[in-house]
Amino acid sequence: MTPAANPYACVVEIGGVPISLRTDDAQFRDLLCRRYGGFLSSSPAEFELDFDLTSPARSSDEDVRVRRDGPEWLLERGDFRARWDPRNGRGTVRQNLNPYSLDSVLRIVHSLILAERGGFLLHAASAICDQHAVVFSGVSGAGKTTLTRLAPPYVTLLTDEISYVRPAGAGYSAFGTPFAGELARPGENCAAPVAALFFLEKGPENRVDELPPSEAMRRLMRNILFFAEDRELVERLLATACEFVSRVPVRRLTFFPDPRVWDHVRQWQEVGIHA
Amino acid sequence: MPEMYIARSSAIAARMLAGEMMVMNSMDSTFFTLNEVATAIWQAADGSTPLREIVEQRICPEFDVGSEQAQADAEEFVRELSQHGILLVSDRPLRDPALSDPLAPGER
Repeated sequence: MTPAANPYACVVEIGGVPISLRTDDAQFRDLLCRRYGGFLSSSPAEFELDFDLTSPARSSDEDVRVRRDGPEWLLERGDFRARWDPRNGRGTVRQNLNPYSLDSVLRIVHSLILAERGGFLLHAASAICDQHAVVFSGVSGAGKTTLTRLAPPYVTLLTDEISYVRPAGAGYSAFGTPFAGELARPGENCAAPVAALFFLEKGPENRVDELPPSEAMRRLMRNILFFAEDRELVERLLATACEFVSRVPVRRLTFFPDPRVWDHVRQWQEVGIHA
Repeated sequence: MPEMYIARSSAIAARMLAGEMMVMNSMDSTFFTLNEVATAIWQAADGSTPLREIVEQRICPEFDVGSEQAQADAEEFVRELSQHGILLVSDRPLRDPALSDPLAPGER
Protein backbone atom coordinates (compact mmCIF):
# COMPACT_ATOMS: atom_id res chain seq x y z
CA MET A 1 0.00 0.00 0.00
CA THR A 2 1.43 3.44 -0.89
CA PRO A 3 0.89 6.94 0.52
CA ALA A 4 -0.95 7.80 -2.71
CA ALA A 5 -3.39 4.98 -2.03
CA ASN A 6 -3.88 6.32 1.50
CA PRO A 7 -4.30 10.07 1.16
CA TYR A 8 -5.59 10.70 4.70
CA ALA A 9 -2.99 10.71 7.42
CA CYS A 10 -2.45 11.93 10.93
CA VAL A 11 0.58 11.68 13.15
CA VAL A 12 -0.12 10.33 16.64
CA GLU A 13 2.73 10.85 19.10
CA ILE A 14 2.65 8.73 22.25
CA GLY A 15 5.69 8.52 24.49
CA GLY A 16 7.62 10.86 22.20
CA VAL A 17 7.25 8.35 19.33
CA PRO A 18 5.41 9.91 16.36
CA ILE A 19 3.64 7.35 14.18
CA SER A 20 1.85 8.33 10.97
CA LEU A 21 -1.51 6.53 10.64
CA ARG A 22 -2.67 6.50 7.02
CA THR A 23 -5.95 5.51 5.46
CA ASP A 24 -8.03 6.01 2.32
CA ASP A 25 -11.17 6.43 4.41
CA ALA A 26 -12.04 9.95 5.56
CA GLN A 27 -14.42 8.59 8.20
CA PHE A 28 -11.61 6.50 9.73
CA ARG A 29 -9.27 9.50 9.68
CA ASP A 30 -11.93 11.48 11.59
CA LEU A 31 -12.18 8.63 14.11
CA LEU A 32 -8.39 8.71 14.56
CA CYS A 33 -8.44 12.46 15.13
CA ARG A 34 -11.23 12.22 17.69
CA ARG A 35 -9.80 9.24 19.52
CA TYR A 36 -6.23 10.50 19.76
CA GLY A 37 -7.04 14.21 19.76
CA GLY A 38 -4.67 15.12 22.59
CA PHE A 39 -1.84 13.16 21.00
CA LEU A 40 -1.92 14.49 17.43
CA SER A 41 1.46 15.87 16.47
CA SER A 42 3.10 18.00 13.82
CA SER A 43 6.45 16.20 14.32
CA PRO A 44 7.84 14.27 11.36
CA ALA A 45 6.74 10.64 11.69
CA GLU A 46 9.40 8.13 12.76
CA PHE A 47 7.11 5.23 11.88
CA GLU A 48 4.20 4.59 9.51
CA LEU A 49 1.15 2.39 9.64
CA ASP A 50 -1.15 1.97 6.63
CA PHE A 51 -4.69 0.84 7.35
CA ASP A 52 -6.74 -1.33 5.04
CA LEU A 53 -10.32 -1.37 6.31
CA THR A 54 -11.52 -4.41 4.42
CA SER A 55 -11.23 -6.92 7.25
CA PRO A 56 -14.53 -8.55 8.22
CA ALA A 57 -15.81 -7.72 11.70
CA ARG A 58 -14.83 -10.63 13.89
CA SER A 59 -14.56 -11.17 17.59
CA SER A 60 -11.83 -9.41 19.55
CA ASP A 61 -12.15 -12.03 22.31
CA GLU A 62 -9.46 -14.26 20.84
CA ASP A 63 -5.95 -14.09 22.25
CA VAL A 64 -3.58 -11.87 20.36
CA ARG A 65 -0.64 -13.60 18.67
CA VAL A 66 2.58 -11.78 17.87
CA ARG A 67 5.31 -13.75 16.12
CA ARG A 68 8.23 -13.25 13.81
CA ASP A 69 7.66 -13.94 10.14
CA GLY A 70 11.10 -13.59 8.60
CA PRO A 71 12.35 -10.10 9.43
CA GLU A 72 8.81 -8.84 10.09
CA TRP A 73 6.43 -9.17 12.99
CA LEU A 74 3.00 -10.66 12.36
CA LEU A 75 0.25 -9.42 14.72
CA GLU A 76 -3.01 -11.34 14.68
CA ARG A 77 -6.31 -11.42 16.50
CA GLY A 78 -9.82 -12.22 15.30
CA ASP A 79 -10.51 -8.58 14.47
CA PHE A 80 -7.16 -7.56 12.93
CA ARG A 81 -4.10 -8.80 11.08
CA ALA A 82 -1.04 -6.59 10.87
CA ARG A 83 2.54 -6.73 9.69
CA TRP A 84 5.30 -4.64 11.20
CA ASP A 85 8.76 -4.30 9.72
CA PRO A 86 11.20 -2.99 12.34
CA ARG A 87 13.90 -2.48 9.68
CA ASN A 88 12.09 0.41 8.02
CA GLY A 89 9.55 1.24 10.73
CA ARG A 90 6.56 0.55 8.51
CA GLY A 91 3.55 -1.64 8.87
CA THR A 92 0.20 -2.51 7.38
CA VAL A 93 -2.99 -3.24 9.29
CA ARG A 94 -6.15 -4.97 8.10
CA GLN A 95 -9.08 -4.29 10.39
CA ASN A 96 -12.52 -2.72 10.30
CA LEU A 97 -13.59 0.61 11.77
CA ASN A 98 -13.50 -0.76 15.31
CA PRO A 99 -11.47 1.66 17.49
CA TYR A 100 -10.60 -1.12 19.96
CA SER A 101 -8.72 -2.99 17.22
CA LEU A 102 -6.86 0.21 16.50
CA ASP A 103 -5.91 0.66 20.16
CA SER A 104 -4.66 -2.92 20.35
CA VAL A 105 -2.51 -2.63 17.23
CA LEU A 106 -1.01 0.64 18.45
CA ARG A 107 -0.22 -0.85 21.87
CA ILE A 108 1.52 -3.85 20.32
CA VAL A 109 3.53 -1.72 17.89
CA HIS A 110 4.56 0.62 20.71
CA SER A 111 5.52 -2.36 22.89
CA LEU A 112 7.79 -3.65 20.09
CA ILE A 113 9.34 -0.21 19.54
CA LEU A 114 9.80 0.29 23.29
CA ALA A 115 11.41 -3.13 23.74
CA GLU A 116 14.16 -2.00 21.35
CA ARG A 117 14.62 1.19 23.36
CA GLY A 118 14.74 -0.27 26.85
CA GLY A 119 11.19 0.71 27.83
CA PHE A 120 7.84 -0.98 28.28
CA LEU A 121 4.09 -0.57 28.52
CA LEU A 122 2.69 -1.51 31.89
CA HIS A 123 -0.80 -2.37 33.14
CA ALA A 124 -0.77 0.59 35.48
CA ALA A 125 -2.22 3.97 36.22
CA SER A 126 0.24 6.82 36.39
CA ALA A 127 0.12 10.47 37.34
CA ILE A 128 2.36 13.46 37.86
CA CYS A 129 2.51 14.75 41.40
CA ASP A 130 5.02 17.48 42.33
CA GLN A 131 6.86 17.26 38.98
CA HIS A 132 7.46 13.52 39.34
CA ALA A 133 5.51 10.57 37.99
CA VAL A 134 4.15 7.88 40.26
CA VAL A 135 3.07 4.63 38.69
CA PHE A 136 0.41 2.38 40.26
CA SER A 137 0.19 -1.19 39.06
CA GLY A 138 -1.60 -4.30 40.22
CA VAL A 139 -3.97 -7.05 39.26
CA SER A 140 -7.45 -6.21 38.05
CA GLY A 141 -9.44 -4.83 40.99
CA ALA A 142 -6.33 -3.79 42.94
CA GLY A 143 -7.45 -0.17 42.79
CA LYS A 144 -5.87 1.58 39.78
CA THR A 145 -9.07 3.27 38.69
CA THR A 146 -10.15 3.93 42.30
CA LEU A 147 -6.90 5.73 42.96
CA THR A 148 -7.18 7.87 39.83
CA ARG A 149 -10.76 8.80 40.73
CA LEU A 150 -9.50 9.99 44.12
CA ALA A 151 -6.75 12.14 42.59
CA PRO A 152 -6.79 15.73 43.88
CA PRO A 153 -6.57 18.72 41.47
CA TYR A 154 -2.80 19.11 41.85
CA VAL A 155 -2.32 15.69 40.25
CA THR A 156 -2.02 15.33 36.44
CA LEU A 157 -3.37 12.01 35.21
CA LEU A 158 -1.17 10.25 32.64
CA THR A 159 -3.38 7.16 32.31
CA ASP A 160 -5.68 4.99 34.39
CA GLU A 161 -4.88 1.86 32.37
CA ILE A 162 -1.64 1.60 30.37
CA SER A 163 1.52 3.37 31.49
CA TYR A 164 4.27 4.23 29.05
CA VAL A 165 7.74 3.96 30.58
CA ARG A 166 11.05 4.56 28.87
CA PRO A 167 14.61 5.34 29.95
CA ALA A 168 15.54 8.98 30.43
CA GLY A 169 18.89 10.10 31.80
CA ALA A 170 19.87 7.97 34.77
CA GLY A 171 16.28 6.87 35.39
CA TYR A 172 12.98 6.48 33.61
CA SER A 173 10.16 8.74 32.48
CA ALA A 174 6.44 8.00 32.35
CA PHE A 175 4.41 9.47 29.50
CA GLY A 176 0.69 10.07 29.17
CA THR A 177 -1.27 7.71 26.92
CA PRO A 178 -4.67 7.91 25.26
CA PHE A 179 -5.40 4.32 26.35
CA ALA A 180 -8.19 4.70 28.89
CA GLY A 181 -9.61 2.10 31.24
CA GLU A 182 -12.76 2.29 33.34
CA LEU A 183 -12.28 5.99 33.80
CA ALA A 184 -12.98 6.39 30.04
CA ARG A 185 -10.76 9.46 29.95
CA PRO A 186 -7.47 9.70 28.03
CA GLY A 187 -4.39 10.77 29.93
CA GLU A 188 -2.67 14.11 29.55
CA ASN A 189 -0.02 14.29 26.87
CA CYS A 190 2.98 15.05 29.07
CA ALA A 191 5.80 13.26 30.88
CA ALA A 192 7.85 13.30 34.07
CA PRO A 193 10.67 11.32 35.68
CA VAL A 194 9.39 8.26 37.53
CA ALA A 195 9.73 8.64 41.30
CA ALA A 196 8.36 5.22 42.18
CA LEU A 197 6.36 2.22 41.06
CA PHE A 198 3.75 1.10 43.56
CA PHE A 199 1.95 -2.23 43.48
CA LEU A 200 -1.50 -1.64 44.88
CA GLU A 201 -3.47 -3.50 47.50
CA LYS A 202 -6.55 -2.25 49.29
CA GLY A 203 -6.42 -2.35 53.08
CA PRO A 204 -7.60 -0.69 56.29
CA GLU A 205 -4.88 1.99 56.29
CA ASN A 206 -2.38 3.71 54.04
CA ARG A 207 1.14 2.32 54.17
CA VAL A 208 4.15 1.81 51.94
CA ASP A 209 6.31 -1.32 52.26
CA GLU A 210 9.59 -2.36 50.70
CA LEU A 211 9.53 -5.24 48.23
CA PRO A 212 12.52 -7.57 47.78
CA PRO A 213 13.98 -7.26 44.25
CA SER A 214 12.79 -10.76 43.29
CA GLU A 215 9.22 -9.94 44.33
CA ALA A 216 9.39 -6.57 42.58
CA MET A 217 10.54 -8.37 39.42
CA ARG A 218 7.83 -11.01 39.70
CA ARG A 219 5.13 -8.35 39.95
CA LEU A 220 6.64 -6.18 37.26
CA MET A 221 6.95 -9.05 34.76
CA ARG A 222 3.34 -10.05 35.46
CA ASN A 223 2.10 -6.59 34.49
CA ILE A 224 4.27 -5.61 31.53
CA LEU A 225 2.34 -5.75 28.26
CA PHE A 226 4.22 -8.29 26.28
CA PHE A 227 2.95 -10.32 23.40
CA ALA A 228 5.73 -11.94 21.42
CA GLU A 229 6.93 -15.51 21.81
CA ASP A 230 10.49 -14.63 20.98
CA ARG A 231 13.61 -15.38 22.97
CA GLU A 232 15.56 -12.34 21.83
CA LEU A 233 12.74 -10.03 22.86
CA VAL A 234 12.21 -11.84 26.16
CA GLU A 235 15.91 -11.43 26.94
CA ARG A 236 15.72 -7.73 26.23
CA LEU A 237 12.59 -7.34 28.33
CA LEU A 238 14.09 -9.22 31.26
CA ALA A 239 17.21 -7.03 31.10
CA THR A 240 15.01 -3.91 30.95
CA ALA A 241 12.93 -5.01 33.94
CA CYS A 242 16.07 -5.77 36.00
CA GLU A 243 17.47 -2.37 35.08
CA PHE A 244 14.22 -0.66 36.08
CA VAL A 245 14.03 -2.47 39.44
CA SER A 246 17.63 -1.58 40.23
CA ARG A 247 17.10 2.13 39.43
CA VAL A 248 13.56 2.96 40.52
CA PRO A 249 12.02 2.39 43.97
CA VAL A 250 9.40 -0.36 43.69
CA ARG A 251 7.09 -0.61 46.69
CA ARG A 252 3.81 -2.09 47.85
CA LEU A 253 1.17 0.57 48.54
CA THR A 254 -1.61 -0.65 50.76
CA PHE A 255 -4.34 1.97 50.69
CA PHE A 256 -7.70 2.78 52.15
CA PRO A 257 -9.85 4.16 49.33
CA ASP A 258 -10.28 7.78 50.32
CA PRO A 259 -8.44 10.93 49.14
CA ARG A 260 -5.94 10.82 52.02
CA VAL A 261 -3.99 8.16 50.13
CA TRP A 262 -2.67 10.92 47.88
CA ASP A 263 -1.33 12.83 50.89
CA HIS A 264 0.43 9.64 51.91
CA VAL A 265 1.95 9.19 48.45
CA ARG A 266 3.03 12.82 48.40
CA GLN A 267 4.69 12.56 51.82
CA TRP A 268 6.46 9.34 50.82
CA GLN A 269 7.57 10.97 47.58
CA GLU A 270 9.06 13.96 49.42
CA VAL A 271 11.07 11.71 51.70
CA GLY A 272 11.97 9.28 48.91
CA ILE A 273 13.12 11.85 46.39
CA HIS A 274 15.18 13.85 48.85
CA ALA A 275 16.61 10.85 50.70
CA MET B 1 21.51 -45.41 39.41
CA PRO B 2 22.08 -43.72 36.02
CA GLU B 3 23.75 -40.32 35.88
CA MET B 4 21.58 -37.25 35.37
CA TYR B 5 22.85 -34.64 32.92
CA ILE B 6 21.27 -31.20 32.79
CA ALA B 7 21.43 -28.31 30.31
CA ARG B 8 19.86 -24.88 30.16
CA SER B 9 17.07 -24.67 27.59
CA SER B 10 17.74 -22.36 24.67
CA ALA B 11 14.23 -20.89 25.05
CA ILE B 12 15.17 -19.30 28.36
CA ALA B 13 16.26 -15.79 29.20
CA ALA B 14 18.06 -15.32 32.51
CA ARG B 15 19.49 -12.42 34.45
CA MET B 16 21.12 -11.91 37.84
CA LEU B 17 19.58 -9.31 40.14
CA ALA B 18 20.63 -8.72 43.73
CA GLY B 19 22.25 -12.15 43.96
CA GLU B 20 19.26 -14.06 42.59
CA MET B 21 18.76 -15.47 39.13
CA MET B 22 15.64 -14.28 37.29
CA VAL B 23 14.57 -16.83 34.69
CA MET B 24 11.89 -16.45 32.06
CA ASN B 25 10.64 -18.96 29.52
CA SER B 26 10.07 -17.24 26.17
CA MET B 27 7.59 -19.90 25.08
CA ASP B 28 4.99 -19.35 27.78
CA SER B 29 6.32 -16.30 29.66
CA THR B 30 6.54 -18.19 32.98
CA PHE B 31 8.88 -16.42 35.36
CA PHE B 32 10.98 -17.89 38.17
CA THR B 33 13.49 -16.61 40.65
CA LEU B 34 16.20 -19.03 41.72
CA ASN B 35 17.81 -18.99 45.16
CA GLU B 36 21.57 -19.22 45.59
CA VAL B 37 21.77 -23.02 45.47
CA ALA B 38 19.44 -23.26 42.48
CA THR B 39 21.45 -20.52 40.76
CA ALA B 40 24.69 -22.46 41.26
CA ILE B 41 23.09 -25.57 39.72
CA TRP B 42 21.68 -23.48 36.86
CA GLN B 43 25.07 -21.97 36.12
CA ALA B 44 26.76 -25.38 36.16
CA ALA B 45 24.14 -26.98 33.88
CA ASP B 46 26.38 -27.36 30.84
CA GLY B 47 24.88 -30.63 29.58
CA SER B 48 28.10 -32.55 30.09
CA THR B 49 28.71 -32.50 33.85
CA PRO B 50 26.60 -35.06 35.77
CA LEU B 51 24.31 -33.57 38.43
CA ARG B 52 26.03 -35.75 41.04
CA GLU B 53 29.35 -34.10 40.23
CA ILE B 54 27.82 -30.61 40.33
CA VAL B 55 26.40 -31.34 43.78
CA GLU B 56 29.63 -32.85 45.13
CA GLN B 57 32.01 -30.30 43.70
CA ARG B 58 30.00 -27.09 43.88
CA ILE B 59 26.95 -27.33 46.11
CA CYS B 60 28.28 -29.29 49.10
CA PRO B 61 31.47 -27.29 49.68
CA GLU B 62 29.95 -23.93 48.79
CA PHE B 63 26.79 -24.24 50.89
CA ASP B 64 28.05 -26.59 53.60
CA VAL B 65 25.39 -29.30 53.16
CA GLY B 66 25.57 -33.10 53.28
CA SER B 67 25.78 -34.81 49.90
CA GLU B 68 22.71 -37.02 50.37
CA GLN B 69 20.38 -34.16 51.27
CA ALA B 70 21.93 -31.87 48.64
CA GLN B 71 21.51 -34.53 45.94
CA ALA B 72 17.84 -35.09 46.85
CA ASP B 73 17.13 -31.33 46.87
CA ALA B 74 18.97 -30.86 43.58
CA GLU B 75 17.01 -33.67 41.90
CA GLU B 76 13.73 -32.18 43.09
CA PHE B 77 14.74 -28.74 41.80
CA VAL B 78 15.81 -30.20 38.46
CA ARG B 79 12.54 -32.11 38.11
CA GLU B 80 10.52 -28.96 38.76
CA LEU B 81 12.43 -26.81 36.30
CA SER B 82 12.41 -29.52 33.64
CA GLN B 83 8.61 -29.69 33.93
CA HIS B 84 8.54 -26.02 32.96
CA GLY B 85 10.97 -26.56 30.08
CA ILE B 86 13.68 -24.51 31.76
CA LEU B 87 16.21 -27.33 32.18
CA LEU B 88 16.73 -30.24 29.82
CA VAL B 89 17.45 -33.58 31.52
CA SER B 90 18.96 -36.76 30.15
CA ASP B 91 20.75 -39.89 31.35
CA ARG B 92 23.55 -39.20 28.86
CA PRO B 93 25.49 -36.00 28.04
CA LEU B 94 23.28 -33.50 26.23
CA ARG B 95 26.00 -31.80 24.26
CA ASP B 96 29.68 -31.70 23.60
CA PRO B 97 31.28 -29.56 26.34
CA ALA B 98 33.05 -27.60 23.62
CA LEU B 99 29.67 -26.66 22.13
CA SER B 100 28.04 -25.77 25.42
CA ASP B 101 26.27 -22.37 25.49
CA PRO B 102 28.42 -20.04 27.55
CA LEU B 103 26.69 -18.02 30.23
CA ALA B 104 25.80 -14.52 29.07
CA PRO B 105 27.32 -11.67 31.14
CA GLY B 106 23.98 -11.09 32.88
CA GLU B 107 23.76 -14.77 33.89
CA ARG B 108 26.99 -14.88 35.89
